[in-house]
Parts: sequence; structure tokens; C-alpha cells
Amino acid sequence: MRIEERFVNATVLVGLLGVPLWALMIEEPFTITLATRAVILALAAVGLNVILGVGGLVSFGHAIFFGIGGYAMGILAFHAQTYSELDLGLFSTSGTNSMPVIWLVAMGFSAFSAFLIGLLTLRTSGVYFIMITLAFGQMFYYFAISWPSYGGEDGLSIYVRNDFPGLNTLVPFQFFALCFVILCVVLFIYARLQASPFGLALNSARQSRARAETVGLDPMRIRLLAFVISGAITGLAGALFADLNRFVSPTMFSWQLSGELIVLIIIGGVGRLMGPVIGACLFVALEHFLGGFTEFWHVFLGLILLAIVLFARGGVIGLLTGKEGAHV
Amino acid sequence: MSEAILATHHLQKRFGAVIATEDVSIDLRAGEIHAVIGPNGAGKSTLIKQICGGIQSDDGWVELMGRDVSKLNTQKRARAGLARTFQISELAMEDSVLENVVLGAMGAKGSPWQFWRAALKTPHLIERAEAALERVGLLSESETRCAQLSHGQRRQLEVAVALTLSPRAFIMDEPMAGLGAEGSKQLTTFLDGLRAEAPILLVEHDMDAVFALADRISVLVYGKIIASGTPDEIRASGEVRDAYLGDTL
Repeated sequence: MRIEERFVNATVLVGLLGVPLWALMIEEPFTITLATRAVILALAAVGLNVILGVGGLVSFGHAIFFGIGGYAMGILAFHAQTYSELDLGLFSTSGTNSMPVIWLVAMGFSAFSAFLIGLLTLRTSGVYFIMITLAFGQMFYYFAISWPSYGGEDGLSIYVRNDFPGLNTLVPFQFFALCFVILCVVLFIYARLQASPFGLALNSARQSRARAETVGLDPMRIRLLAFVISGAITGLAGALFADLNRFVSPTMFSWQLSGELIVLIIIGGVGRLMGPVIGACLFVALEHFLGGFTEFWHVFLGLILLAIVLFARGGVIGLLTGKEGAHV
Repeated sequence: MSEAILATHHLQKRFGAVIATEDVSIDLRAGEIHAVIGPNGAGKSTLIKQICGGIQSDDGWVELMGRDVSKLNTQKRARAGLARTFQISELAMEDSVLENVVLGAMGAKGSPWQFWRAALKTPHLIERAEAALERVGLLSESETRCAQLSHGQRRQLEVAVALTLSPRAFIMDEPMAGLGAEGSKQLTTFLDGLRAEAPILLVEHDMDAVFALADRISVLVYGKIIASGTPDEIRASGEVRDAYLGDTL
């Protein structure tokens, strides 16, 4: 069975838009929330796919950026809802409820952290890179737990979803649509990036570092920039995720989340445009349906993952399009 | 005598007690092919890495166009004009032939920092890449995945990628390795023409090719240059015969 990848991609996007539209018609707001969750997780995994899929570096610490995005939203919205000042030394702010501002802050801080972490971690690769990114992830996790000003272990609740000009974000479908549009824009950027000279260089540095160096390219710099872009996208997803739940907690920094993002990509198809999207949809669907039967639904997720790793190296997309193209 | 494009001066490298290169000074002049031959384990690969980057020399230095490049890393030496081909192909195996060569063209242009226009739709990269493929006779395979190429075609592709760099000097590590008689002959003819473009430092085991191509030959044994001269001088040298060539000549 061989289906055009374009066709698969289009079908996935139409389906992802169709399900909440249908839910809107039959007035099932919870389904819309589930779809929004899938879209946001997909966005986070698209970010990871830049460095993991194209760059071949398995970051086991991407929850860092997800968490930073979440806390960017949490902290800004917390100060806005309590009318308290956030004193940053050079200047102070009273927080904000504006999503675009929150997104910029989330992406800015994620990108900056990715730059610093990347400088230290990208000297390694393979298992060492996995371990050192995991270590950084744990540092952030424990920092968030022991940060009492913003809820510590209990996290922060934000009572009202933040604003986006022209939308009522509390209406589930409107918030879904916003997230969906962002996902589409980011997917478009990802596709352009992957085909660009930068993407080609990143991709070949994964396959043969010596080859990239011998033609005069600097793998370290290329990977660092990819890591920064990757972190910024996942950070944006973190901010949206926090807004979806109106809640931020240290679990956003947890290694389980980093692992889930990796699993999403492997299930969908490593380095494939829609891999993370398919993975996220399956993940949320399984979580919902199997989670209804048993607490231990992760067992089934594990079985699926096992089947994919053993029999379909290209993930679901590889299975459908008949092209493997899997690595890692 | 024309000026040296590339020269090593007293290069030295030890791995523990093993001397990999000892006081190696060789040069490569415009328009020539300088072959380095020697038995397995003579230190040829180490020497190449000392020249192209990858191994830091204990002592000595490498000059390219009169400039000391010893402190530069591999990618900077490549940008300075050294094009290396590998003994065992180092290619992006999942990518198409064209993508591999476009990568070289990008490196030559010095910029992977373009994020929007597709690499394979960038005219100046494609032109450069296709020109290189045509010269090695791989243009018809440009859509083929690198992993599906035959061994010989991969060797050709290695050379094509080096061509896209428009280098000052080629460093070729056993380009003939594993090629059939026909393939070796073709590549020999090709390299013969290539020397006018940029000189070639050729490390090679195929003695037919070496003696057919080389303007000068240096013999490396246990990390030392034991003889250096024209093919006739090398053929006549008793020391070389003992150390390496044996009775085959």
C-alpha cells in the first residue's frame, strides 16, 4: 500500500479540523478540548522534530522549553490577575493577559535557554546528548518545584484564559481554531526550513558529520541554531498548553513529558512533516478512549510503540506512504 | 619550479609509543599530482587528517597558499581551499545524489544560513552542482538516493562533491579503492585532466594509477618519508623496493 505523502498530510489536517467542527455541531465541547490538546502536543513535537528528526539529536529535555513557555504564561497572567508588580531589576511590569505578548515572551525565553543549553550540550551526541539534556530537564523541574513565589509543587492556577484580539478564547472552538492556525503556520515554516539550504546542511550533518565539515560547514553552529528554533517552537506550545488548562505546574518540566514528545514523533514518523501531528492525535485518542477503560492505558501505548519500532521504522507515515526514511 | 600550493613542514604525531608521522615535509605544486604511497599502517591516513584537520599535530605546521592553516578546524581549512575525498565514502546516504553535491556547492558559497528558499530550487547551487555531476558522469543519476549507488558511483560522487568546492588543492584518500579495472582507468583519465585545475595530493594503493599519474611520488614508511622523487627515481630506488614495492615491479 502506497499513498502519496501529500495526500496523507492533507487528510490528517482535514481530519484534525473536521473532528472539532463535527463536535461543534453536535455540541460536544469536550471533544473540542481534546482536539486542542492534540494540536498543542503536535506543535510541541514539531518543535522537537527539528532537532530530533532533521538534526538527529535526541533531546530528552524538551520539556524544559514546554515548561518555560508554560511558566511565561503563568507568571505574566498571575501578575495580571493579582494586580501585582513583577520586578525584573531593570524594569517592572504588571503582567499581561495578551496572548501575542505572552507568546513572544515564551518563545524568547525558550530560545535563549535553548541557546545556553545548546552551547553546553551540543558538544556531545548520541547517548551522551540524551543524558545531558535529561539532566538539564531535571534541573529545571526541581527548580520549578522549589520556587514558592509561583506555586512551587502545586503550580499556578489562572482563572481566565488570556486574550487574543478579536476572539473570545473561552469559547472552545475559537481557542482550538487559534491553535490550529498556529500549528499550520509552524508546519509551513518547518517544511520550508527542512528544504532550505539550512535544513539540507542540518540533515547531512546528522548523516555524516565528516561530510558536512569537509565541505566547509560548521555542524556545531548549524545544530545550535536548529536547537534554538526547536526550543522556541516547543516554548510556544507550552504557553498554549498552559492556556488550555489555565494551569501551570512543574509537571510541564517533567522528563515524562520529554519522553512523550519523543514517543509522539516515533509513532508518527521521525523527521516527517506530519509525523508529530499523527503521533499527537493517536496519543490523545488512546489516552481518551483507553484511559476510560483502564488506568494502565500506557501499556497499550507501549505496545504500539514496540510494534512501530519493530515493524514500521518510518512510523505511521512510513507505513502509509511505503517509504521508510526513518533514522535515529 | 613553481611555487608550492600546499606544504607540510616537519609534521609530527605520536599516539603513545607509536610514531604515526615523523618529520614529514612534503609539498604540492601547481599543476602536479603528488602521490603518497606506503604500506598499510604507514601513517597515510594520519597524515591526511593532519593536513585536512581532524588530528592536531604534535609539531610542525601546514601551509596553504603560504598561510599557516594548522590552527584551523576542518571546516575552516575546507573553506580555505582544501577538498578532501575519503577512502570510505562519507556521504549523506539517505539523500539524493544531487542533494549531496548541492551541499558541496553550499559549502563553497560559504552559507548554509538561508532558511526560506528550497535548496534544490536555488539556481546558482543547482548550476554548480550539476556542472560537477556532469564532469564525473553522474548527471543521469542525480535523482538517485545515494544509498542505492554502486560503490564506483559513490567514489565518483565523492569527487564530484570535491569539485563543487573549486578548491586550491585536492587531497584524495585512495579514490581508486574498490573500483574495477575499467573504473580505475576512467578515474585515472579524469584525474589526469584535473591536475591543471588544482594540484592533487594522491594517497593510493593502485600502483598502475600512481605510476601513470604522478609527477612526483613520496614513500611513507612507519611515519617517515623514506624517498621522494619522480616515478622513475622511485622505481629505481633500492630502499623503496625493499620497504614496500617488493618484487612486483
